[in-house]
Amino acid sequence: MIDFLNALTLLANYIIVPGLAYGSQLALGALGVTMVYAVLRFSNFAHGELMSFGAMCTILCTWALQSFGISLTILPTALLAIPAAALITVLYCIIINYFVYEHYREKKIDTNTYFIVSIGVLFFTAGLIRLVIGPKDQNFSDGVRFILKARDFKAMTGLNEGLAIKTTQGMTVVVTLILVAFVFWFLNRTRTGKSMRAYSDNEDLALLSGINPKKVILITWIITGILATVAGALYGLDKIYKPFTFMYLVLPVFASAILGGVGNPVGAVVGGYIIAFSELIFTFAYKKFLFYILPESFSPDGLVQLLSTDYKIAVSFLILVIVLLIKPTGIFSGKTI
Amino acid sequence: MILIDTLSKSFGGIKAVNQASLTIKKGSITGLIGPNGAGKTTLFNVIAGVYPPSDGHVFLEDEEVTGLPPHELFKKGVMRTFQIAQEFSSLTVRENLMMVPANQSGERLLDTWFRPARISMEEKGLTQKANEVLDFLQLRELADELAGNLSGGQKKLLELGRTMMVEPKIVFLDEVGAGVNRTLLQTIGDSILRLNQEMGYTFCMIEHDMEFISKLCEPVIVMAEGSVLAQGSASEIKANNAVIEAYLGTGQKNRKL
Ligand SMILES: Nc1ncnc2c1ncn2[C@@H]1O[C@H](COP(=O)(O)OP(=O)(O)OP(=O)(O)O)[C@@H](O)[C@H]1O
Ligand SMILES: [Mg+2]
Repeated sequence: MIDFLNALTLLANYIIVPGLAYGSQLALGALGVTMVYAVLRFSNFAHGELMSFGAMCTILCTWALQSFGISLTILPTALLAIPAAALITVLYCIIINYFVYEHYREKKIDTNTYFIVSIGVLFFTAGLIRLVIGPKDQNFSDGVRFILKARDFKAMTGLNEGLAIKTTQGMTVVVTLILVAFVFWFLNRTRTGKSMRAYSDNEDLALLSGINPKKVILITWIITGILATVAGALYGLDKIYKPFTFMYLVLPVFASAILGGVGNPVGAVVGGYIIAFSELIFTFAYKKFLFYILPESFSPDGLVQLLSTDYKIAVSFLILVIVLLIKPTGIFSGKTI
Repeated sequence: MILIDTLSKSFGGIKAVNQASLTIKKGSITGLIGPNGAGKTTLFNVIAGVYPPSDGHVFLEDEEVTGLPPHELFKKGVMRTFQIAQEFSSLTVRENLMMVPANQSGERLLDTWFRPARISMEEKGLTQKANEVLDFLQLRELADELAGNLSGGQKKLLELGRTMMVEPKIVFLDEVGAGVNRTLLQTIGDSILRLNQEMGYTFCMIEHDMEFISKLCEPVIVMAEGSVLAQGSASEIKANNAVIEAYLGTGQKNRKL
């Protein structure tokens, strides 16, 4: 019995808790990708860098707050910085939209061109980020590090295995819940949200019903900018902010969006958690886990790891390929925002 | 009301509309007929701002509106329906109707937060209006169905319903009657007449059913190969030799079937 509880704790500590946090970050990222796809109809490959941009702004604002001696004591100061950072990121989105995407939209250029344009925006944004904050890693997490410490958990339960929950992990899940709930409320309950859904559903009809496309696009970028900032900031807080990782983060983010069905917000969120858990499940070393649940004679010698953590990114790539082969429209196909 | 001056629209080599000039008088129900591919729908599309004309001008009440984007034209009171019925397939039938009157306070983002009472009042008025329209079109039972699940004819009715949600100055109807059953066609005809007489809407309608046209429309404009071929009352058109040759055919009796 104790062994079984130990095994469970092990899973909770290494898969469930980090999976929920990482899944939330992917879900927010994928939601942003999906919103842009639903309304502007192109795959925004610059979204990873947009998240990085948002995270960078959060770091800068955090530093500014810290220099004034403002802090949230137990919670990371970054939480206070996020709204300001989101504002800057939204402005950046609007500027890029105005000078880049709008130019192509007016020329009624086909959407594949947009996608190439978004790669241009990716490199521009990446360059801008290196210029502003440099290529070095930044740690900007402060406040209390753990909600639950492994040692305390062990003392509390008397188990061999500890369960640790980082403050940033708890915060990630809570903030994601609030933001996702807000986006769904907005899309389904407000008129502006409904106009967005209508525009995404049937552009011609929406235009002839008097829906202003510029406004719908503007609001899409506002929401996308906020989502990207929060996703990037939470990702940076949880791990550490590395300007280069976001280039790779785009892959699991897109895998999540496509798995759920691009253009479908519910799908994006569900997809985010599926991808996160798959990555962790495939790269977890089950040796200790099996040691707890199997009789002693069966105890494995190796690590019992399906894939080395180096291949983490390959998991989302694999899922992406399988989804595209079997059900290219994603699991929640047939329904857009 | 609407003045179209030597309007042309080509797609590559095809001259879909070729120097068409016509006027639509305020308060009239103008019929637009012509063979398949005559350029009728294209003419509507150009007027409604779907694409800019290759040449020519469109005036709405003496104001030039050539090439304005569709949502601007909508604001000026121009409404149209589509030949191939369009709908927001992931919204319900009622939501489809309620989508139409744009520029309400709910559209303004800040009001969603600061004036919820005003918004909910507007929503209520809109819902009521939508329900009336649905009753009128006998679609009330389908109000909460997703519009994507409607039949072809029901989608046509929804198209018409959309124009009844606002008070437009001019409505362009592209074959609203096609695919709608006889009794309903009768009702649609009656309601067009009533909207015209009581509410003062101006209509311009494309239709292939000559009987339907003769009952409602005065004048009737005939298009062929992108240009205006003839114009006059329904009976004049029926007797016009050029029109008979290009469109109606001599076998008038075929139409009675
Ligand atoms: N978007 C387009 N691209 C290329 N050609 C087009 C386009 N729209 C219409 N056409 C061409 O323009 C011509 C006129 O088409 P239009 O749809 O205006 O005819 P119509 O009079 O409405 O015919 P019908 O009675 O069959 O509806 C046709 O030859 C058609 O092929
Ligand atoms: Mg047509």
